[in-house]
Formats: sequence, C-alpha cells, structure tokens
Amino acid sequence: MTASEGTRPLLEVDNLKVTFSTRRGLVEAVRGVSLSLQPGEMLGLVGESGSGKSVTGFAITHLLDKAGRITGGQIRFKGQDITRAGGADLRSLHGAAMAMIFQNPRAALNPIRIVGQQVADAILAHRRLSRQEALDEALQLLRAVQIRDPERRMSAYPHELSGGMCQRVMIAVAISCNPSLLIADEPTTGLDVTTQKVVMDLLARIATDRGMATILITHDLGLAARYCARVVVMEQGRLVEEAEPLTLFHRPQHPYTRRLVAASPTATSRIEDLVPDGERIPLVEITELPPPPHGTPLLLDVKTIAKRFDDGTLGVADFSMSMRGGESVGLVGESGSGKSTTSRMICRLIDPSEGEILFDGQAIGQIPARDFHRSELRKDIQIVFQDPNDSLNPRYTAFDCIAHPLLRLMNMRAGDALRQRVEECADRVGLPRELLQRFPHQLSGGQKARVGIARAIACRPRLLVLDEPTAALDVSVQAVVLQLLNKLRRQDNLAFLFVSHDLNVVRMMCDRTIVLRTGVIVEQGESRALFANPQTDYTRALVDAVPHIAPPAALATA
Amino acid sequence: MGTIGATLVRAGRRFVSSLPALFGVLVFTFLLMRVLPGDPAVFFASSPNAGQEEIEVIRKQLGLDKPLPNQLAIYLYDVGRGNLGRSMMTGQAVAKDLKERLPASLELTLTALLIALISAVPLGVLAALRPGSLVDHGVRLFCSLGVCVPTFVSGLLLIYVFYYLFGWAPDPTGRIDIFATLPPQRTGFLIIDFLLAGDLEGWWAAARQLMLPALTMALFVIAPLARITRASMLVSLGSDFVRTARSVGLSWWRIVVTYALRNAILPVITIAGIVFSTMLGANVLVEKVFSWPGVASYALDALLVSDYAPVQGFVLLMATIFVIVNLLVDVLYGIADPRATVA
Repeated sequence: MTASEGTRPLLEVDNLKVTFSTRRGLVEAVRGVSLSLQPGEMLGLVGESGSGKSVTGFAITHLLDKAGRITGGQIRFKGQDITRAGGADLRSLHGAAMAMIFQNPRAALNPIRIVGQQVADAILAHRRLSRQEALDEALQLLRAVQIRDPERRMSAYPHELSGGMCQRVMIAVAISCNPSLLIADEPTTGLDVTTQKVVMDLLARIATDRGMATILITHDLGLAARYCARVVVMEQGRLVEEAEPLTLFHRPQHPYTRRLVAASPTATSRIEDLVPDGERIPLVEITELPPPPHGTPLLLDVKTIAKRFDDGTLGVADFSMSMRGGESVGLVGESGSGKSTTSRMICRLIDPSEGEILFDGQAIGQIPARDFHRSELRKDIQIVFQDPNDSLNPRYTAFDCIAHPLLRLMNMRAGDALRQRVEECADRVGLPRELLQRFPHQLSGGQKARVGIARAIACRPRLLVLDEPTAALDVSVQAVVLQLLNKLRRQDNLAFLFVSHDLNVVRMMCDRTIVLRTGVIVEQGESRALFANPQTDYTRALVDAVPHIAPPAALATA
Repeated sequence: MGTIGATLVRAGRRFVSSLPALFGVLVFTFLLMRVLPGDPAVFFASSPNAGQEEIEVIRKQLGLDKPLPNQLAIYLYDVGRGNLGRSMMTGQAVAKDLKERLPASLELTLTALLIALISAVPLGVLAALRPGSLVDHGVRLFCSLGVCVPTFVSGLLLIYVFYYLFGWAPDPTGRIDIFATLPPQRTGFLIIDFLLAGDLEGWWAAARQLMLPALTMALFVIAPLARITRASMLVSLGSDFVRTARSVGLSWWRIVVTYALRNAILPVITIAGIVFSTMLGANVLVEKVFSWPGVASYALDALLVSDYAPVQGFVLLMATIFVIVNLLVDVLYGIADPRATVA
C-alpha cells in the first residue's frame, strides 16, 4: 500500500541525525536514517553493536540519554511533527501513543515495587481511574501476557520472577495504554531460546490483536526474519539495505548485508562459510592422526559426578561423559540446566559433591578446586570465559594477561623467552603485536576475545573448556573467532568442551553434543544427527526454537 | 508477613554474631585503660601530699594491687551482673550516671540527625536532578563548608550570631534553664516529656535550647548524607527502570520520588546509621561548647582524671549502641528493599 491509496504511514522518519557529546568530542551515532512504518506493521531493524539501531529507536521515543541530541531530520507520528516535542506533549505520547520494551527486562522494572503496582502506575499515568480499578486492569493485562497465576504474581517483586516473566510484565506495562507504536529493543537478548520463542510469539500476537505497529530492534537476523515482514539493515548509523526478509537473506545486495548474512549461523552452515572469501582463515589440512596405541587412557573420563549446593538443591546429578584427545564436545541446555556448573567442575573451578573425574588417567576430582592451580594438570586444562570484558584484569595490559599463566604455571621468568612466547601466542590468535601494550578498555570486543583465547592456549593445554566464548560478540566477530578456534584445535590437536546455548554454533563446532536439562543428561550423540533428528521432545523444542533463516527452497513454497 | 519475619530472623542472627565483637571491645578497653599513664590511686588519695601508705590503702580498696587477669575477671563478672562500677569523680554508680546523661545525648543527636536528613536528602536530590548546574555547585560549596569548619567554630559562630547579635537563641548553657520546673521524667527526652506533661511553654524553652547545638551537629553531617544522596540518586536516575517509567509517561513527581528516590534512599539509610553512631560519641566538642550534660563530655572528664570505670562504661555503651543502630539499619533496609531478605 502506498500513501496515495489513503493510508498514511503511522511513523515517518526522515533523514534523522543523532549526535552524542562524549569526552572525545561529538560522535555521530545516526547519520541520516529514513524509514516509514504502516499501522500494524512489524519492521525489523537489524545491525551489529554500534550501528545506531537502538539510538534510532530511542530518538523516535525521545528517550535518548542527556548526552544525545537529535541534530537533524524529522520524525512524524500520525502526520504530526514530533521531532522537537517536549513537556506535556511528550508525556501524552509516552505510553499512550508509543511505548518501548527494553533489553534486560529485570533491570527495566523497578526492583522495589511490586509488578502489579508498576503496571497500574502506567495505566494511571494516562487515565482517570481509581487505584483499585487500575489494579484490576493490571491483573487483566498480566493475564493477557500469559503470566501463570497472575493474582499471586501481582504482588511479586521483579527479582522473584524469571527473565522471561519480567519481559512479559514489561510488555504488559508497555501495552497498558494501547499505544499504536511499540518499539522493542532487543527484547529477547539474554533469554533462553525456548523462552525467546514464547516471548516473541506472544509479542507478535499481541501486536496483531491490538493492531500495534512494531519496530523490532535486534542483532539477530534469524529473529527478524521469523517475525518481520520487512527488514532494514543498519551499519554505522546509516541504512544500507531494506527488503523482505527472504529476499534480503538469499539475495543480499549490499556488501555489509552479505557479510552479515554469511556470518549468521544457520541450520546448515559450516564454519568455513561464515566469513567471506577474502578474510577466510585457510583451513589446516587435518592430518588423520594414527589411532592412539591400545591402552592409552581417555583424555577425560567423567564418572557420575553430581553437584549439591549448600541449600541442598541438586545442580547436576549423575553426569558421565568421556572425551578422547582432539575431540570436541558440546554441552547445551537452557539457563539453569547445569551446563556451566558441569563445565566448572570439569575444569576444576568448583568441587563435585560426588563422582570421579579422570584426566589422562589421573584422578583430579578429589583435588580441591582451591588447590588445583598448584597441580601439574592445571596448565593442561584451560578455560575461555564468556565475557571478554570482565574476565580480563583491567589493570593488566594484553601482554600481561597472556604472560600471566606462563609465569604462574610454566614458571617462566620475565625476559626474552617470555616475550617471544607471548608474541607467538598473539600471532596465533591473530592479535597484532602492537596491541599487546594496550589495556583491555582500549581493545574492541573481538580483540579482547582474542586475548582471552591467547591466554588460554599460552600453556599449550590439551583440553580447552569454552564457556559461551562468543555469546557477547557480534555475529561477524563471532564468525572470525569461531574460525580461529577451529584452526587452533586442528593445529594443536586440542580437545574442546564447548558450553553454549547457541545450537547452531555447537553443531558447527562440536563432533558430539550433550543436552542437559535441570542437571540431567536428556540426550547425547553425534552433533549433526542429534540436531537433524532429535530423539526427545526437549531437544526438539530447543532445536525448533532457534530462529532460522528458511533455506531458499522455502521461497517457492512460502 | 513473611518479609518482616525474615527481616527479624536476619536481625537476630546479626545480633548474635556481634556478641563476640562486644566482648572484644570490653576486654580491649579494659587493657587500654591499664596501659594508659596515670595512677588512679594517686589521683584519688585525699590530699596532694598523701603518703605512700595512704595511696597503697586506696590501691588495695580499688583492687588495683591484684594481678591483671584477676582484675579482668572481676570486671567481667561485675559487668555480667550489670554493675559497671562506681565513678570516683561523681561518687555515683557509673550505670546511674550514664543513664542520667544518655537521654541528653540521644535527644541532641537524634534531633541533629533529623535536621541533617531533612535538609540533606532534598539538597542531594536537587543536585542530582541538575548535575553541573548552579544548584549542584551551591550544594557542593555548602557541604564543603559544613565539613571543613570544625564544630566548635561553627558552634561558636552560631552562638555569636543567634544569641549575641540577634538574641533569638537562649543562653547556650545546658538543656534547660536551671530554674525551670522539669516535667515528670518518662522518656528522658525533655521535648517529649514536656509534651506529655502538656507544658507547651516548657517545651518551647527546651526546644529553643536544643536548636543551636543540634544545628551545629547537623551542619557537620549534612555533607556525607547529601553527597551520598546525590551519588545514589544519579545512579538511580540513570537506571533502566527510570527510563521505563519515562517511556510510559509517568508524572515527574512519580518518576523522581516513587521510582528514583525510593531506590536511591537505600545507601542513605546505611550512611545515616554510621553517621548517627559517630555523632553520639564524637560530638564531645559540641557538648562542651554548649555545656550539654551528655555522656561524651562525662567520659572525657573521667578520662582526664584516670577514672577507669566511667570510661570503660562509656565505651561499652557506645559499642552496644553501635550494634543496636546496625540492627535497626538492617531492619529498615529489609523493609525498604525486598531483595535484602532473600540474600
């Protein structure tokens, strides 16, 4: 439909520019974005961190930080120019005409106010009702967003609810005054895949039922493809491409979109496909190692370990697995499934309550985690942590970070040998040597991830435990890091224990996969087969929940 | 209510775990007093030229000839029975002395804290609402002045202005005119006792007497309270949930007070508890300047004449109050923050 046919776009953004004043001067976050949205439409706004997608959303709703200012362009809502709206106009716009849903739902709710009250607050902001009427209506809304046992949840505090529940409450707050525009900023980032699907389905249904136009801001192409009729891709504050999702993903025009689409793991992609040809790391030919001589112990043999927490709850029960040298095993499950607990027991950061862990034939389960750093085997089992920001000492340069395990575990001394070794590690992970003298805050996310990996491989371990190593990274960076890990694994015959919630990544990276649920193994097997043909309902639900970009074949049938 | 029950259980646990600390304070002060120079027996011998014999007799009377562990055991035994000893200075039981003077100190300190909170919280909020503005700088200047001017100077200044120049304040000595009739003692707090007795004239006199010293004390502690309010208010105003509140169009008052301030007040409670405990003991200067018959000036006088028992009693009292205030803060915190009961 076009404007000439009588429907006016609900929202028109025309050449929008947003500037932030920072300590390093003015930074242009959005440089001329134009888009329009029809009533009831769902538009996907996709881009990586720093692309300006969230800033665009905040500029439309006038919720920019004090440092940010709209410096150019126009925002028209229902034909009215709201670019410079302020005061009372803004208050009636907020909530009643347009509302937002935020990332990190738990932080977005007032921690010391019961959720029913918070929904009622939003209702009372725009309508003349008595307190009791507002509370009654809040209860209706909680029911509408499918919160179980809403009467009881009305008086719950946000910390007593799960992340998914908090996001539902947030949706209830946002729709409380029937806005005609809803902007959802990464609404499901940080939620489990299954929860993500439920929340997104709910959001899509509510938007359709109430005729709300929605802008879905996300970094996840798959998610945008699944729910949006139209997708806009942003890069460095500019729109680079706009199309229907299927067209966009199968015939991307702009080079950036092409790279982004390639980097997004799908149900069929391979590690090698994630990065465009020019940047691809040449694969090391796998030289088929001769089978280890008979009687060589397994690299890792975990026998029925369990973890009981102090309050008596069982975190992990009866977990057994084994790995040969050079093998990579994935550990997947929702949050609370015990996958991190298990991996931490294996890399000896926490103590199992029961069971035995054999590494290379030696029992290591009985060495207290507190003393394991003194063990000979510490340097054989190394860890790559999830958050590249928090897992690096902010007072250490990249060089110090990588040298630390060499000094502590290999008893190396400061000097040329150490310098050589560190530089060699940096080279191996593709970290330019001149960055070695920088502190973590002077490095990008991808560079920090490389430092974390270089530190883990510095002692030439035989088993690398990777705890969501790419969860905090953009897809294009993730693609490069995954390739790097794959290369290192082949070069050193490293064994990987790969913990992740991203099933596509695990499928590409791991030979075998173990699916955990509430601390118990529900299914395990060869990765490709397991994901192609899951045997249990739980695994099937997990696999189905991953938003895939439909393969081209679907184009014809869709 | 489960929340209040859980809070009480937590407070009880905290109390029990603070008992060893109290015991440590007891022993430490006892030992400290023994190593400080000064011999009480010499001080309290009847005349300056009393002979060695007389001093020895007094020493024996006081039990100071016994070995230190014995003295400690006797002391602990007595404290356990609630006997804090007898002050050589006033000739009364220390417990009685403290009991008489504590309400004076508490009345002064609580009023000062109240004044400080009532002025510091709005100041902090104002400063946080417009960081970097003239208001913010004004509050900062005021706070800096309050901290860097010593209480005895600001006290004297206030006396000079309000008593000497304008004559608004009464004679700055003590809690009440010595010729005034005192109300029947119920709480020990004069302004409450006068009210209970229905004596409004007396109440006004006591309140006027209280104003200057309380103000002097308050000036000194407004700074930490206002600064912490400002800092935590800034965090609160920049938080996601305040952005949510703005995104649904809540009113300015609701956003600032119900959403931001109620969250920002939590650290203020903690600091207020610490400030209160410090004020109670450390404001001996104010008590001296205004001849306020409080416990701190009593302890200082005792210390100057090596009168062991009052000093030890005072330290024990302060430690106990510190524990109680912390418990109170805990309970308040539990009520103000539902998350605290979970941890």
